[in-house]
Amino acid sequence: MVELSVLQQKFGTELAENSFRDNRRVDVPAAKLFDLLSSLKSDHGFDMLIDLTAVDYLEYEGATDRFGVLYMLLNVTSGERLIVRTAVNLPDPKLPTVYSLWRGCDWLEREVFDMFGIVFEGHPDLRRILMPEEFTSFPLRKDYPLKGRGERHNFPVITRAGS
Amino acid sequence: MAVGLPENVFLTKLDAAANWARSNSMWPMPFATACCGIELMATAASRHDLARFGAEVMRFSPRQCDLLIVAGRVVMKMLPVLQRIWLQMPEPKWCISMGACACSGGVFDTYAVVQGVDRFIPVDMYVPGCPPRPEQLIAAVMEMQAKVRRTGTIMGKEFMARDTPMGPEPFESEERYRIQDANLVQLGGFSAAMTQAGLNRGAGKNG
Repeated sequence: MVELSVLQQKFGTELAENSFRDNRRVDVPAAKLFDLLSSLKSDHGFDMLIDLTAVDYLEYEGATDRFGVLYMLLNVTSGERLIVRTAVNLPDPKLPTVYSLWRGCDWLEREVFDMFGIVFEGHPDLRRILMPEEFTSFPLRKDYPLKGRGERHNFPVITRAGS
Repeated sequence: MAVGLPENVFLTKLDAAANWARSNSMWPMPFATACCGIELMATAASRHDLARFGAEVMRFSPRQCDLLIVAGRVVMKMLPVLQRIWLQMPEPKWCISMGACACSGGVFDTYAVVQGVDRFIPVDMYVPGCPPRPEQLIAAVMEMQAKVRRTGTIMGKEFMARDTPMGPEPFESEERYRIQDANLVQLGGFSAAMTQAGLNRGAGKNG
């Protein structure tokens, strides 16, 4: 099991650990994210990226940052799991891509970009993946209305006479 | 008028003969996007056997179809596809909106789901249910056949009068305000003209 103190020696004491039930989570500042992940992969055997997602902490009690981006890692050999969380903020939510570490992050990062507008710098093909290309909002942000801004009605009407 | 017709000859109108033929050989275009599609398949399968009504020939090219069955929710990314399929179908053509989602959006009152396909394409028959049982779809097909016999003409010109979409109100007032707000902040790339058209449609009924 990777000890927090080992990571703290390498990446400083800003690293914090917390847990919920069986999940271990390490918080890391965005500036050190890539180095931490890359070290977790090469030195600690976390060779699989299970999932990559984001949370919008707008109006969340006690939250200081707008978005949390989470990397769920798995060590296939030992079965150990670890969640790495980092924070990004408006107006320019940006993170380095981890495409060079885990190719599987390709569509996951596109989804996070599509839903939250978090840009992953260096991603080979950062386009929307779920919403249409011409969509202008990021629908999983908490300040986006649940029923949208009228995009779902933004189509021409085809009538009997017109078809 | 004692014209001696043989026993196996009868006289009718061409329209009536054409409608009889059309109504008994409806070729559906299955636009199945969700669980309604499973019921649609069940309807076509042996137990319920849509072939009894001449509608078992599911064609997967709109060019060969005359009955569009929209089975399932349609999201905003799929709607242009649906509209294109409708336009590609040759006249005369009819449309069945199957299930709560296709008719009204159902429980999916979210940013991406179209709240009823009848807002954007003409719909002749609505089938309620979530999903509807095969019997309900069969009932709709039979009803459709009756409608074709009653109203169909060679040019489909009886549909010309229907130039406005029927069905539920296009917008609820709450949504209208959200669109207005969105227009005020002027989102980049958002087609203001289209929304304006939508607003005008809603304003007559809600405002």
